[in-house]
Amino acid sequence: MEFIYYFGEVFTFWSFSLLLLGTIFGLILGATPGLSPTMAVALAIPFTFKLEPAQGLILLGALYTSTVAGGAVSAILLKIPGAPANIATTLDGHAMAQKGEGARALQVSFLASLFGGVIGVLLLIFLTPILAQWALAFGPSESFWVAILGVTIIGTLGGGSVVKGLLAGCIGLWLSTIGFDDILGTQRFIFHSSLSGGINIIAALIGLFAIPQVISMFAKGRQTQDMEVIDVKPHSLFKSVREVFSSVRALGIGTTVGSIIGLIPGVGGQIAGLVAYDQSKNFSPDRKRFGKGHPEGVIAAESANNAMVGPSLVPLLTLSIPGSPTAAVLLGGLIIHGIFPGPNIFRDYPAVVWPFINSMLIGQVLMCIFGLAIAGYAARIARVPPHIMAAIVLTLAIFGSYSVQTSMNDVYVMMILGVGMYFLERYGYSAAPLVLGLILGPIAEGNFVEGSMIANAQNGVATYFLMGTLNLVLILMVVASISYSVWLELRSSKTGLPS
Amino acid sequence: MNRLEHAIPAGVIMLVGLWVAWISFTQNPAEAFLFPRLISTIFLTLSIWTFVAAWVKPSEVNATISATTWMNILPGLIIGAICVFWMGKAFGFYTASIITVFTLISYYDPAPHRQISSWIKRILITAGFIAVMYLLFAMLLGVFTPRETLFR
Repeated sequence: MEFIYYFGEVFTFWSFSLLLLGTIFGLILGATPGLSPTMAVALAIPFTFKLEPAQGLILLGALYTSTVAGGAVSAILLKIPGAPANIATTLDGHAMAQKGEGARALQVSFLASLFGGVIGVLLLIFLTPILAQWALAFGPSESFWVAILGVTIIGTLGGGSVVKGLLAGCIGLWLSTIGFDDILGTQRFIFHSSLSGGINIIAALIGLFAIPQVISMFAKGRQTQDMEVIDVKPHSLFKSVREVFSSVRALGIGTTVGSIIGLIPGVGGQIAGLVAYDQSKNFSPDRKRFGKGHPEGVIAAESANNAMVGPSLVPLLTLSIPGSPTAAVLLGGLIIHGIFPGPNIFRDYPAVVWPFINSMLIGQVLMCIFGLAIAGYAARIARVPPHIMAAIVLTLAIFGSYSVQTSMNDVYVMMILGVGMYFLERYGYSAAPLVLGLILGPIAEGNFVEGSMIANAQNGVATYFLMGTLNLVLILMVVASISYSVWLELRSSKTGLPS
Repeated sequence: MNRLEHAIPAGVIMLVGLWVAWISFTQNPAEAFLFPRLISTIFLTLSIWTFVAAWVKPSEVNATISATTWMNILPGLIIGAICVFWMGKAFGFYTASIITVFTLISYYDPAPHRQISSWIKRILITAGFIAVMYLLFAMLLGVFTPRETLFR
């Protein structure tokens, strides 16, 4: 119950102001089509440099929570999901809006998000210390396998080709070795002076997540905007509250599915929303109403994608394995503030981690209040034309990557990696495993080298890394994640169904 | 067509993998390249697999960038690259950003260029956005950007 002790930290003037700011901006950014939560958090990291670590993380956590919920606004009113996590919301949410029930859909969506989000954060509060306690038994070999498991799992379960996912992870691991070797000070892969300091994680994150989206916006050319915002007519909030909490089945399925999927590293909110929607439809006696504007569809999808947020941080905080691409960006934010996630995180940084987690709990309530208050306006604010959005994001990316170390080299690296990622994405490679490889590379290498030194003094490298119960369990998990993904891919190529 | 379309990028990645492996296994001291050797072996194996797969079983996914898309992307990319690789240092970030944002907004704006109101709108958007950036980065965060021609 240590978290209660740090609750007061969230209510200091600056922390609470940042929480409010992050929530309101997150709702607007989430409602903006083309701006993903991952990109929003990546672009916000440079703004946290001048802040205390706890305050910086409160801002990033608020953005993460509210961008996912805000994505429902454009999914319902514009039929364009603000984030991949809101795809399932468009199915019934927009149909409700078309029937003149836009306000009801928005209210139901934010209330379901609140319920799912609170349960998710409570899981984060109670599961993280347990997992951290368990992870205390990890030595260098286990930590090495955990880092490899992180890259493998996000590479294989993130969707798309397994081989390409793993290859992207390998590219990320290789990029992390560029620069001077930490132990011997040897130069590695420095083919240009701008790379002598290695690749800065934040500049890489901004480039990999923001620049491909900027280029995609350029690709639309001089396109006139044909997005029509559906007008929101007033609806009784009391009726929506009663409706959400009487839809026990949809709420239960959404929250359970979201929480479980959040705990599985690398899967993300998109899958959570779609699986919850599908299961809710399967178990509903009114399944024929799904897709035609049934509130239960919105409740299941939105409670799932918000329930996923808290649990996605459990493996991140205790094992450095992010549960979603946005959590991977948060990992970069933690590292830049000198917080290295791991089993000792609650012992070493309680004054940073607990206020951050507590703020996510308060943030859920603020997200619901402000979401209900500004949802109708947010959709109009968010209707920024893509060409203006592209110019704004590009400029923010340049300033953001420069401000990390006030170095032009970081801007060059950001731009080159971003343009490269745009083309890689077209050929089926995704940014998430590459980013994770880049972030977890130093952790994997540090433990690999340390383990090798211990192994040389003991029974040899093979015995040290491949023996022992924990090592074997982790290796089995690596093999299982790859095998399962290969099986899914083979099945999808045979049946033609998406994996 | 489809075979080459996927085999060429796979081939480029394979060549990068080969280069990484060659550097990792030929450079010394060996201890500094222990981890890169491990990664590059897997990197090379997977890249060869991807290349062979792209050649033997061409993907059904059409990844070709059409000429129209190229024509849409290139001006934005060129303006962005000029800003990053030259203007940012030469003119300073804020001046370079004014030029970049205004040029990008004007080029991609579907509104007719003959309308004076659309030009006023573009100027106002650029000015408003740069003012916010200046407030955030120069005044709030205190980030020192490269030497400025119009800003201090």
